[in-house]
Amino acid sequence: MMKYVCNVCGYVYDPEYGDPDNNIEPGTRFDDLPDDYECPICGVGKEDFSPEE
Amino acid sequence: MSDFFQPVKLTDTVYWVGVIDWDVRDFHGYSTMRGTTYNAYLIVTDRVTLIDTVKESFVPEMMSRISRIVSPEDISCIISNHAEIDHSGGLPRVASMVKPDRILASKMGVRTLREHFNHCELNLEEVKTGDTLDLGTRTLRFMETRMLHWPDSMFTYMPEEKLLFSQDAFGMHLATAERFADLVGPTIVYREMAKYYANILLPYSDLVLKLLDHLEASKMKIDIIANDHGPVFRRDIANVIGWYRQWAEQKPTNLAIIVYDTMWGSTQKMAKVIADGIYKGGGRALIMPMGGSHRSDVATELLHAGALVVGSPTLNNNIFPTMADVLVYLKGLRPKNLIGAAFGSYGWGGEAVAHIRGYLEEMNIDVQSEKRVKYVPDDADLDECYQMGITLGYRLAENSQ
Ligand SMILES: [Fe+2]
Ligand SMILES: [Fe+2]
Ligand SMILES: [Zn+2]
Repeated sequence: MMKYVCNVCGYVYDPEYGDPDNNIEPGTRFDDLPDDYECPICGVGKEDFSPEE
Repeated sequence: MSDFFQPVKLTDTVYWVGVIDWDVRDFHGYSTMRGTTYNAYLIVTDRVTLIDTVKESFVPEMMSRISRIVSPEDISCIISNHAEIDHSGGLPRVASMVKPDRILASKMGVRTLREHFNHCELNLEEVKTGDTLDLGTRTLRFMETRMLHWPDSMFTYMPEEKLLFSQDAFGMHLATAERFADLVGPTIVYREMAKYYANILLPYSDLVLKLLDHLEASKMKIDIIANDHGPVFRRDIANVIGWYRQWAEQKPTNLAIIVYDTMWGSTQKMAKVIADGIYKGGGRALIMPMGGSHRSDVATELLHAGALVVGSPTLNNNIFPTMADVLVYLKGLRPKNLIGAAFGSYGWGGEAVAHIRGYLEEMNIDVQSEKRVKYVPDDADLDECYQMGITLGYRLAENSQ
Protein backbone atom coordinates (compact mmCIF):
# COMPACT_ATOMS: atom_id res chain seq x y z
CA MET A 1 0.00 0.00 0.00
CA MET A 2 1.26 3.44 -0.98
CA LYS A 3 2.35 5.99 1.66
CA TYR A 4 1.38 9.65 1.20
CA VAL A 5 3.33 12.72 2.33
CA CYS A 6 1.81 16.02 3.44
CA ASN A 7 3.19 18.72 1.12
CA VAL A 8 2.96 21.34 3.86
CA CYS A 9 4.49 19.78 6.97
CA GLY A 10 6.04 16.52 5.78
CA TYR A 11 3.78 14.19 7.80
CA VAL A 12 3.69 10.72 6.24
CA TYR A 13 0.40 8.85 6.10
CA ASP A 14 1.32 5.18 6.36
CA PRO A 15 -1.70 2.95 5.64
CA GLU A 16 -0.12 0.17 7.65
CA TYR A 17 -0.53 2.26 10.82
CA GLY A 18 -3.53 4.40 9.89
CA ASP A 19 -3.88 7.65 11.84
CA PRO A 20 -4.91 7.21 15.48
CA ASP A 21 -5.34 11.00 15.97
CA ASN A 22 -8.09 10.98 13.38
CA ASN A 23 -9.48 7.55 14.36
CA ILE A 24 -8.30 5.96 11.14
CA GLU A 25 -7.85 2.19 11.51
CA PRO A 26 -4.58 0.51 10.52
CA GLY A 27 -4.86 -0.92 7.03
CA THR A 28 -6.85 1.99 5.56
CA ARG A 29 -5.65 2.98 2.08
CA PHE A 30 -5.09 6.70 1.46
CA ASP A 31 -7.78 6.63 -1.22
CA ASP A 32 -10.24 5.25 1.31
CA LEU A 33 -9.73 8.09 3.79
CA PRO A 34 -12.84 10.27 4.19
CA ASP A 35 -13.05 13.31 1.90
CA ASP A 36 -12.79 15.65 4.88
CA TYR A 37 -9.63 13.95 6.17
CA GLU A 38 -7.11 16.45 7.54
CA CYS A 39 -3.39 16.14 8.21
CA PRO A 40 -3.03 15.44 11.95
CA ILE A 41 -0.12 17.88 12.21
CA CYS A 42 -1.02 20.88 10.08
CA GLY A 43 -4.67 20.41 9.19
CA VAL A 44 -4.52 20.57 5.36
CA GLY A 45 -6.83 18.36 3.31
CA LYS A 46 -6.19 15.27 1.15
CA GLU A 47 -5.49 17.40 -1.92
CA ASP A 48 -2.29 18.59 -0.24
CA PHE A 49 -0.82 15.08 -0.01
CA SER A 50 1.41 13.42 -2.62
CA PRO A 51 2.38 9.77 -3.06
CA GLU A 52 5.73 9.07 -1.40
CA GLU A 53 8.47 8.39 -3.92
CA MET B 1 11.69 55.46 42.79
CA SER B 2 13.24 53.58 39.91
CA ASP B 3 11.20 53.45 36.76
CA PHE B 4 13.17 51.31 34.35
CA PHE B 5 11.60 48.25 32.65
CA GLN B 6 8.32 50.06 32.10
CA PRO B 7 5.41 48.53 30.22
CA VAL B 8 4.11 50.41 27.18
CA LYS B 9 0.41 51.17 26.96
CA LEU B 10 -0.99 50.25 23.54
CA THR B 11 -4.71 50.79 24.14
CA ASP B 12 -7.02 51.37 27.10
CA THR B 13 -6.65 47.78 28.23
CA VAL B 14 -3.58 46.39 26.47
CA TYR B 15 0.04 46.80 27.54
CA TRP B 16 3.27 45.59 25.98
CA VAL B 17 5.18 43.74 28.69
CA GLY B 18 7.78 42.00 26.53
CA VAL B 19 11.55 42.35 26.46
CA ILE B 20 14.17 43.72 24.10
CA ASP B 21 17.02 41.36 23.23
CA TRP B 22 19.67 43.76 21.95
CA ASP B 23 22.38 41.09 22.01
CA VAL B 24 21.17 38.17 19.95
CA ARG B 25 23.02 37.83 16.63
CA ASP B 26 22.16 34.26 15.68
CA PHE B 27 18.59 33.06 15.92
CA HIS B 28 18.74 29.35 15.10
CA GLY B 29 20.86 29.96 12.04
CA TYR B 30 19.20 33.25 11.01
CA SER B 31 21.51 36.23 11.45
CA THR B 32 19.87 38.88 13.61
CA MET B 33 22.27 41.78 13.26
CA ARG B 34 19.74 44.20 14.71
CA GLY B 35 18.74 41.99 17.66
CA THR B 36 15.09 41.23 18.36
CA THR B 37 12.28 41.54 20.88
CA TYR B 38 10.07 38.91 22.47
CA ASN B 39 6.70 40.57 22.82
CA ALA B 40 4.21 39.65 25.51
CA TYR B 41 0.99 41.52 26.17
CA LEU B 42 -1.04 42.10 29.29
CA ILE B 43 -4.76 42.72 29.00
CA VAL B 44 -6.06 44.50 32.06
CA THR B 45 -9.80 44.07 32.63
CA ASP B 46 -11.62 42.35 35.47
CA ARG B 47 -9.88 39.20 34.31
CA VAL B 48 -6.23 39.99 33.75
CA THR B 49 -4.79 37.99 30.85
CA LEU B 50 -1.23 37.51 29.62
CA ILE B 51 -0.62 36.75 25.96
CA ASP B 52 2.57 34.76 25.39
CA THR B 53 5.71 34.93 27.49
CA VAL B 54 9.37 35.43 26.63
CA LYS B 55 12.62 33.45 26.50
CA GLU B 56 13.24 31.85 29.86
CA SER B 57 16.24 33.99 30.79
CA PHE B 58 14.20 37.19 30.31
CA VAL B 59 11.39 36.28 32.70
CA PRO B 60 12.54 38.65 35.51
CA GLU B 61 12.51 41.62 33.12
CA MET B 62 9.03 40.75 31.89
CA MET B 63 7.78 40.27 35.45
CA SER B 64 9.05 43.69 36.49
CA ARG B 65 7.09 45.26 33.64
CA ILE B 66 3.97 43.34 34.67
CA SER B 67 4.45 44.31 38.32
CA ARG B 68 4.23 47.98 37.42
CA ILE B 69 0.63 47.45 36.26
CA VAL B 70 -0.82 44.64 38.37
CA SER B 71 0.45 42.27 40.94
CA PRO B 72 1.36 39.07 39.07
CA GLU B 73 -1.03 36.86 41.05
CA ASP B 74 -3.88 38.93 39.58
CA ILE B 75 -3.29 37.28 36.20
CA SER B 76 -6.10 34.77 35.82
CA CYS B 77 -5.37 33.46 32.36
CA ILE B 78 -2.33 32.92 30.15
CA ILE B 79 -2.74 32.39 26.42
CA SER B 80 0.01 30.73 24.42
CA ASN B 81 -0.35 31.69 20.78
CA HIS B 82 2.87 29.92 19.79
CA ALA B 83 4.74 27.12 21.55
CA GLU B 84 8.25 27.89 20.26
CA ILE B 85 10.47 28.60 23.25
CA ASP B 86 11.24 32.20 22.44
CA HIS B 87 7.59 32.70 23.51
CA SER B 88 6.89 29.75 25.77
CA GLY B 89 10.27 29.22 27.44
CA GLY B 90 9.22 31.44 30.33
CA LEU B 91 5.81 29.81 30.68
CA PRO B 92 6.59 27.21 33.38
CA ARG B 93 8.30 29.81 35.58
CA VAL B 94 5.63 32.43 35.04
CA ALA B 95 2.89 29.89 35.69
CA SER B 96 4.50 28.84 38.96
CA MET B 97 4.69 32.49 40.10
CA VAL B 98 1.27 33.58 38.85
CA LYS B 99 -0.75 30.40 39.39
CA PRO B 100 -3.28 31.29 36.69
CA ASP B 101 -6.72 29.64 36.66
CA ARG B 102 -6.30 28.72 33.02
CA ILE B 103 -3.61 28.35 30.38
CA LEU B 104 -5.05 28.27 26.88
CA ALA B 105 -3.47 27.09 23.64
CA SER B 106 -4.58 25.47 20.38
CA LYS B 107 -4.93 21.70 20.27
CA MET B 108 -1.48 21.37 18.71
CA GLY B 109 -0.23 24.01 21.15
CA VAL B 110 -1.28 21.94 24.15
CA ARG B 111 0.43 18.94 22.64
CA THR B 112 3.60 20.86 21.74
CA LEU B 113 3.86 22.57 25.13
CA ARG B 114 3.52 19.18 26.85
CA GLU B 115 6.29 17.84 24.64
CA HIS B 116 8.51 20.75 25.65
CA PHE B 117 7.71 20.91 29.36
CA ASN B 118 6.94 17.34 30.32
CA HIS B 119 8.66 17.83 33.68
CA CYS B 120 6.10 20.33 35.00
CA GLU B 121 2.38 20.29 35.55
CA LEU B 122 0.77 22.97 33.39
CA ASN B 123 -3.02 23.03 33.47
CA LEU B 124 -3.32 23.45 29.73
CA GLU B 125 -6.68 23.78 27.99
CA GLU B 126 -7.41 23.54 24.29
CA VAL B 127 -9.17 26.26 22.34
CA LYS B 128 -10.10 26.06 18.69
CA THR B 129 -10.94 28.45 15.87
CA GLY B 130 -14.05 30.46 16.72
CA ASP B 131 -13.86 29.91 20.49
CA THR B 132 -14.12 33.09 22.52
CA LEU B 133 -13.05 34.19 25.97
CA ASP B 134 -15.06 36.77 27.87
CA LEU B 135 -12.86 39.20 29.78
CA GLY B 136 -15.68 41.43 31.01
CA THR B 137 -15.35 44.62 29.01
CA ARG B 138 -13.31 42.86 26.32
CA THR B 139 -13.55 39.63 24.35
CA LEU B 140 -10.92 37.43 22.78
CA ARG B 141 -11.53 35.24 19.75
CA PHE B 142 -9.14 32.48 18.71
CA MET B 143 -8.14 31.45 15.23
CA GLU B 144 -5.77 28.59 14.54
CA THR B 145 -3.09 29.36 11.96
CA ARG B 146 -1.48 25.95 11.66
CA MET B 147 2.00 25.90 10.15
CA LEU B 148 2.27 29.68 10.30
CA HIS B 149 4.80 28.79 11.19
CA TRP B 150 4.41 25.84 13.60
CA PRO B 151 1.53 23.37 13.94
CA ASP B 152 0.46 25.09 17.18
CA SER B 153 0.42 28.69 15.90
CA MET B 154 -2.76 30.68 16.46
CA PHE B 155 -4.07 34.24 16.36
CA THR B 156 -6.01 35.90 19.17
CA TYR B 157 -8.28 38.77 18.16
CA MET B 158 -9.86 41.43 20.33
CA PRO B 159 -12.82 42.94 18.41
CA GLU B 160 -13.42 45.87 20.80
CA GLU B 161 -9.96 47.31 20.06
CA LYS B 162 -9.70 45.78 16.55
CA LEU B 163 -6.45 44.33 17.77
CA LEU B 164 -4.82 41.20 16.40
CA PHE B 165 -2.28 39.30 18.48
CA SER B 166 -0.52 37.64 15.58
CA GLN B 167 2.42 35.80 17.23
CA ASP B 168 5.31 35.39 14.76
CA ALA B 169 3.25 36.49 11.74
CA PHE B 170 3.83 40.12 10.74
CA GLY B 171 6.86 40.13 13.04
CA MET B 172 10.52 40.90 12.50
CA HIS B 173 13.80 40.51 14.32
CA LEU B 174 14.45 44.13 15.19
CA ALA B 175 15.43 45.51 18.58
CA THR B 176 14.29 49.11 19.03
CA ALA B 177 13.45 51.22 22.04
CA GLU B 178 10.40 52.43 20.07
CA ARG B 179 7.40 50.15 20.41
CA PHE B 180 5.53 51.24 17.29
CA ALA B 181 6.66 50.55 13.74
CA ASP B 182 5.72 54.07 12.61
CA LEU B 183 8.37 55.47 14.97
CA VAL B 184 11.10 53.39 13.29
CA GLY B 185 12.63 54.04 9.85
CA PRO B 186 10.26 52.56 7.22
CA THR B 187 13.10 51.05 5.17
CA ILE B 188 14.40 49.10 8.14
CA VAL B 189 10.94 47.86 9.04
CA TYR B 190 10.33 46.71 5.46
CA ARG B 191 13.72 45.00 5.18
CA GLU B 192 13.52 43.21 8.51
CA MET B 193 9.96 42.14 7.93
CA ALA B 194 10.91 40.80 4.49
CA LYS B 195 13.85 38.98 6.04
CA TYR B 196 11.58 37.41 8.62
CA TYR B 197 9.09 36.33 5.96
CA ALA B 198 11.82 34.89 3.73
CA ASN B 199 13.49 32.93 6.49
CA ILE B 200 10.52 31.79 8.56
CA LEU B 201 7.26 31.87 6.59
CA LEU B 202 8.26 31.37 2.95
CA PRO B 203 7.78 27.56 2.92
CA TYR B 204 4.16 28.08 3.96
CA SER B 205 3.31 30.75 1.40
CA ASP B 206 0.29 28.85 0.07
CA LEU B 207 -1.17 28.82 3.57
CA VAL B 208 -0.36 32.52 3.96
CA LEU B 209 -2.40 33.27 0.84
CA LYS B 210 -5.30 31.19 2.14
CA LEU B 211 -5.14 33.01 5.46
CA LEU B 212 -5.07 36.45 3.81
CA ASP B 213 -8.07 35.50 1.67
CA HIS B 214 -9.85 34.31 4.79
CA LEU B 215 -9.08 37.53 6.68
CA GLU B 216 -10.40 39.54 3.75
CA ALA B 217 -13.56 37.46 3.40
CA SER B 218 -14.27 37.59 7.13
CA LYS B 219 -14.03 41.41 7.03
CA MET B 220 -12.06 41.32 10.26
CA LYS B 221 -11.18 44.92 11.04
CA ILE B 222 -7.60 45.36 12.19
CA ASP B 223 -6.33 48.63 13.64
CA ILE B 224 -3.40 47.18 15.55
CA ILE B 225 -1.18 44.21 14.85
CA ALA B 226 0.51 43.12 18.05
CA ASN B 227 3.14 40.68 16.80
CA ASP B 228 5.61 38.63 18.84
CA HIS B 229 8.84 40.16 17.46
CA GLY B 230 9.75 43.76 16.68
CA PRO B 231 7.63 46.89 16.84
CA VAL B 232 3.82 46.86 16.88
CA PHE B 233 1.81 48.13 13.88
CA ARG B 234 -0.86 50.76 14.53
CA ARG B 235 -0.72 52.50 11.11
CA ASP B 236 -0.76 51.39 7.48
CA ILE B 237 -2.13 47.93 8.31
CA ALA B 238 -3.28 47.47 4.70
CA ASN B 239 0.32 48.01 3.52
CA VAL B 240 1.66 45.43 5.92
CA ILE B 241 -0.89 42.86 4.78
CA GLY B 242 -0.17 43.82 1.18
CA TRP B 243 3.54 43.04 1.65
CA TYR B 244 2.65 39.59 2.94
CA ARG B 245 0.50 38.95 -0.10
CA GLN B 246 3.24 40.10 -2.44
CA TRP B 247 5.88 37.93 -0.75
CA ALA B 248 3.58 34.92 -0.60
CA GLU B 249 2.77 35.20 -4.32
CA GLN B 250 6.49 35.11 -5.21
CA LYS B 251 6.01 36.64 -8.64
CA PRO B 252 9.38 36.47 -10.36
CA THR B 253 11.25 39.73 -10.92
CA ASN B 254 14.08 40.34 -13.41
CA LEU B 255 16.69 39.99 -10.65
CA ALA B 256 19.16 37.09 -10.49
CA ILE B 257 20.86 36.27 -7.21
CA ILE B 258 24.30 34.91 -8.00
CA VAL B 259 25.77 33.05 -5.03
CA TYR B 260 29.22 31.59 -5.28
CA ASP B 261 32.40 30.76 -3.44
CA THR B 262 35.86 30.57 -4.90
CA MET B 263 39.27 29.08 -4.10
CA TRP B 264 41.64 30.79 -6.52
CA GLY B 265 39.37 33.37 -8.14
CA SER B 266 38.19 31.41 -11.20
CA THR B 267 34.60 30.84 -10.07
CA GLN B 268 34.50 34.46 -8.91
CA LYS B 269 35.52 35.66 -12.37
CA MET B 270 32.79 33.54 -13.95
CA ALA B 271 30.24 35.05 -11.55
CA LYS B 272 31.13 38.60 -12.58
CA VAL B 273 31.00 37.85 -16.30
CA ILE B 274 27.66 36.04 -15.97
CA ALA B 275 26.30 39.09 -14.09
CA ASP B 276 27.42 41.39 -16.92
CA GLY B 277 25.68 39.10 -19.40
CA ILE B 278 22.48 39.18 -17.37
CA TYR B 279 22.40 42.98 -17.55
CA LYS B 280 23.10 42.84 -21.26
CA GLY B 281 20.15 40.49 -21.70
CA GLY B 282 17.75 42.79 -19.84
CA GLY B 283 17.89 41.42 -16.31
CA ARG B 284 19.57 42.53 -13.12
CA ALA B 285 22.02 40.67 -10.93
CA LEU B 286 23.22 40.71 -7.36
CA ILE B 287 26.40 38.82 -6.53
CA MET B 288 26.68 37.32 -3.06
CA PRO B 289 30.02 35.68 -2.21
CA MET B 290 29.36 32.98 0.36
CA GLY B 291 32.75 33.51 1.93
CA GLY B 292 31.24 36.57 3.58
CA SER B 293 27.47 36.51 3.13
CA HIS B 294 24.99 34.92 5.49
CA ARG B 295 22.58 32.27 4.26
CA SER B 296 19.67 34.17 5.78
CA ASP B 297 20.56 37.30 3.79
CA VAL B 298 20.62 35.25 0.59
CA ALA B 299 17.11 34.04 1.47
CA THR B 300 15.98 37.66 1.89
CA GLU B 301 17.37 38.76 -1.48
CA LEU B 302 15.86 35.72 -3.17
CA LEU B 303 12.42 36.86 -1.99
CA HIS B 304 12.59 39.66 -4.57
CA ALA B 305 14.25 37.65 -7.37
CA GLY B 306 13.48 35.59 -10.46
CA ALA B 307 16.61 33.46 -10.66
CA LEU B 308 19.09 31.64 -8.47
CA VAL B 309 22.48 31.23 -10.13
CA VAL B 310 24.97 29.15 -8.18
CA GLY B 311 28.71 28.81 -8.59
CA SER B 312 31.06 26.47 -6.77
CA PRO B 313 34.57 25.22 -7.25
CA THR B 314 35.08 21.48 -6.91
CA LEU B 315 36.93 20.66 -3.70
CA ASN B 316 38.07 17.04 -3.31
CA ASN B 317 35.37 15.87 -5.74
CA ASN B 318 32.64 17.74 -3.92
CA ILE B 319 30.72 20.97 -3.88
CA PHE B 320 32.41 23.65 -1.74
CA PRO B 321 31.05 23.42 1.86
CA THR B 322 29.76 27.01 2.08
CA MET B 323 27.71 26.36 -1.06
CA ALA B 324 26.25 23.16 0.35
CA ASP B 325 25.25 25.18 3.42
CA VAL B 326 23.32 27.82 1.52
CA LEU B 327 21.74 25.32 -0.88
CA VAL B 328 20.48 23.06 1.93
CA TYR B 329 19.10 26.11 3.70
CA LEU B 330 17.35 27.53 0.62
CA LYS B 331 15.92 24.14 -0.31
CA GLY B 332 14.16 23.98 3.06
CA LEU B 333 12.57 27.36 2.40
CA ARG B 334 10.94 26.03 -0.79
CA PRO B 335 11.13 29.17 -2.94
CA LYS B 336 8.93 29.15 -6.05
CA ASN B 337 8.85 30.41 -9.62
CA LEU B 338 12.61 30.60 -10.08
CA ILE B 339 14.88 29.79 -12.98
CA GLY B 340 18.49 28.87 -12.32
CA ALA B 341 21.95 28.03 -13.59
CA ALA B 342 25.10 26.35 -12.26
CA PHE B 343 28.76 27.10 -12.85
CA GLY B 344 32.19 26.60 -11.37
CA SER B 345 35.83 25.81 -11.94
CA TYR B 346 37.68 22.61 -11.10
CA GLY B 347 41.09 21.02 -11.33
CA TRP B 348 40.06 17.41 -11.85
CA GLY B 349 36.78 15.62 -11.34
CA GLY B 350 34.58 18.73 -11.51
CA GLU B 351 31.60 17.23 -9.69
CA ALA B 352 30.40 20.46 -8.05
CA VAL B 353 28.35 21.75 -10.99
CA ALA B 354 26.39 18.50 -11.20
CA HIS B 355 25.80 18.67 -7.46
CA ILE B 356 24.43 22.20 -7.81
CA ARG B 357 22.15 21.12 -10.63
CA GLY B 358 20.90 18.30 -8.43
CA TYR B 359 20.02 20.70 -5.61
CA LEU B 360 18.35 23.17 -7.95
CA GLU B 361 16.27 20.45 -9.59
CA GLU B 362 15.17 19.14 -6.20
CA MET B 363 13.99 22.67 -5.50
CA ASN B 364 11.92 22.60 -8.73
CA ILE B 365 14.05 25.39 -10.14
CA ASP B 366 14.03 25.44 -13.92
CA VAL B 367 17.75 25.02 -14.69
CA GLN B 368 18.60 26.89 -17.87
CA SER B 369 22.30 26.25 -18.29
CA GLU B 370 25.56 25.19 -16.71
CA LYS B 371 29.22 25.86 -17.33
CA ARG B 372 32.36 24.17 -16.01
CA VAL B 373 35.87 25.52 -16.46
CA LYS B 374 39.12 23.61 -15.89
CA TYR B 375 41.47 25.54 -13.56
CA VAL B 376 41.25 29.05 -15.02
CA PRO B 377 38.72 30.43 -17.54
CA ASP B 378 40.25 31.56 -20.85
CA ASP B 379 38.67 34.12 -23.20
CA ALA B 380 36.50 31.52 -24.89
CA ASP B 381 35.23 30.29 -21.52
CA LEU B 382 34.41 33.82 -20.41
CA ASP B 383 32.56 34.43 -23.68
CA GLU B 384 30.46 31.38 -22.94
CA CYS B 385 29.76 32.68 -19.43
CA TYR B 386 28.74 36.01 -20.92
CA GLN B 387 26.41 34.29 -23.41
CA MET B 388 24.96 32.21 -20.60
CA GLY B 389 24.27 35.43 -18.69
CA ILE B 390 22.65 37.09 -21.71
CA THR B 391 20.26 34.18 -22.18
CA LEU B 392 19.41 34.25 -18.48
CA GLY B 393 18.83 38.01 -18.77
CA TYR B 394 16.35 37.51 -21.65
CA ARG B 395 14.43 34.91 -19.70
CA LEU B 396 14.38 37.06 -16.58
CA ALA B 397 13.04 40.04 -18.52
CA GLU B 398 10.44 37.81 -20.15
CA ASN B 399 9.33 36.09 -16.93
CA SER B 400 9.00 39.33 -15.01
CA GLN B 401 6.61 40.92 -17.56
FE1 LIG C 1 8.33 30.81 15.92
FE1 LIG D 1 9.18 33.71 17.51
ZN1 LIG E 1 0.64 18.36 7.31
